[in-house]
Amino acid sequence: MEHTQSSLGDFESTLKKHAHELVDSLEKGKFGDAVQLIHQLNQTRDRGLYQEVGKLTRELHSAIVSFQIDPQMPQAEEVSQITDATERLSYVVKLTEGAANRTMDLVEQGTPVLNQLSADARDLRTDWQRFMRREVEAPEFRELVQRVDKFLARSEEEAHTVSGYLGDILLAQDYQDLTGQVIKRVTTLVTEVESNLLKLVLMASQVDRFAGIEHDQEQLRAEKDQEKHPTRGEGPQIHADKREDVVSGQDDVDDLLSSLGF
Amino acid sequence: MNKDMKILIVDDFSTMRRIIKNLLRDLGFTNTQEADDGTTALPMLESGHFDFLVTDWNMPGMSGIDLLRKVRADERLKHLPVLMVTAEAKREQIIEAAQAGVNGYVVKPFTAQVLKEKIEKIFERVNS
Repeated sequence: MEHTQSSLGDFESTLKKHAHELVDSLEKGKFGDAVQLIHQLNQTRDRGLYQEVGKLTRELHSAIVSFQIDPQMPQAEEVSQITDATERLSYVVKLTEGAANRTMDLVEQGTPVLNQLSADARDLRTDWQRFMRREVEAPEFRELVQRVDKFLARSEEEAHTVSGYLGDILLAQDYQDLTGQVIKRVTTLVTEVESNLLKLVLMASQVDRFAGIEHDQEQLRAEKDQEKHPTRGEGPQIHADKREDVVSGQDDVDDLLSSLGF
Repeated sequence: MNKDMKILIVDDFSTMRRIIKNLLRDLGFTNTQEADDGTTALPMLESGHFDFLVTDWNMPGMSGIDLLRKVRADERLKHLPVLMVTAEAKREQIIEAAQAGVNGYVVKPFTAQVLKEKIEKIFERVNS
């Protein structure tokens, strides 16, 4: 970067120095000298521009190398880190979806077992209370005893089954460890890519200064705003508590809607 | 509230559709169908005689807000109660949904209790 600053500094000081001489020679009517000066100015500017474009090209090349993108070899065995990261994230989606479905399967299997057990216990308790009030005759009592016996055996067995489901639900959460590791690696890559891109942007801005290119900031901003159109959605908010324009929970939504007359 | 009413659940994630379906079943609503975005949902709504629509916002193809606008613009569907269940939490989005004619708005992550309250509130109003 220091080198860049000095080459730009050279250009600016040559520009200043020659500007005075240029005005001077023009006032004195020395047009030959003036053309010579303009030529020298152009050369200094071109030299700086070539240097910066050269540096930009080198940076771009090393960035491509560090991302392992090889445009020459589309059939290369080794995939780029970006492709690899994309595949890793797809794996995260697959793993979390699998875990969610496995958990819901087990809940759906366990719920009816518990519901049936609860319903049977309720029926049995009604009859048992009749027995306590001495409303049950001997033959019915024998049948009731059989039911209680069966119910106790089934309770034991099914509590065991549901406990197994709960254990499996616990195990289904192992995705957290695996996806956590994958996401951390991708995060590291994204940070690297960002800092490399930032370097490229800085290089490119030097080229812009030499070439005197000015970007239409308003147009750039308008393009950016368009990307943020609310209809397209933003997905979950990560820093909802720190942002004024975002609700922090259902209570906030309800307040907002009631202020609108809902 | 009619427990047999026909409900369409629209979300691009099958797990979220399944969660909502399970919660609705726990509330006694078993007559549910699913769609994965607005483009698939709209023809189902047009031909299916649904009584209630639960939709996400952010989906590939047609988004939930666009689906809501299409529903409100359709002569036969415009009175269909719509509940939005979404991660979209910007104030301007909630206002946009309200202006487009949504009947309720639930932000993810949500609880079974919140879903129940909102559904009850919507049908209290619709029936009053």
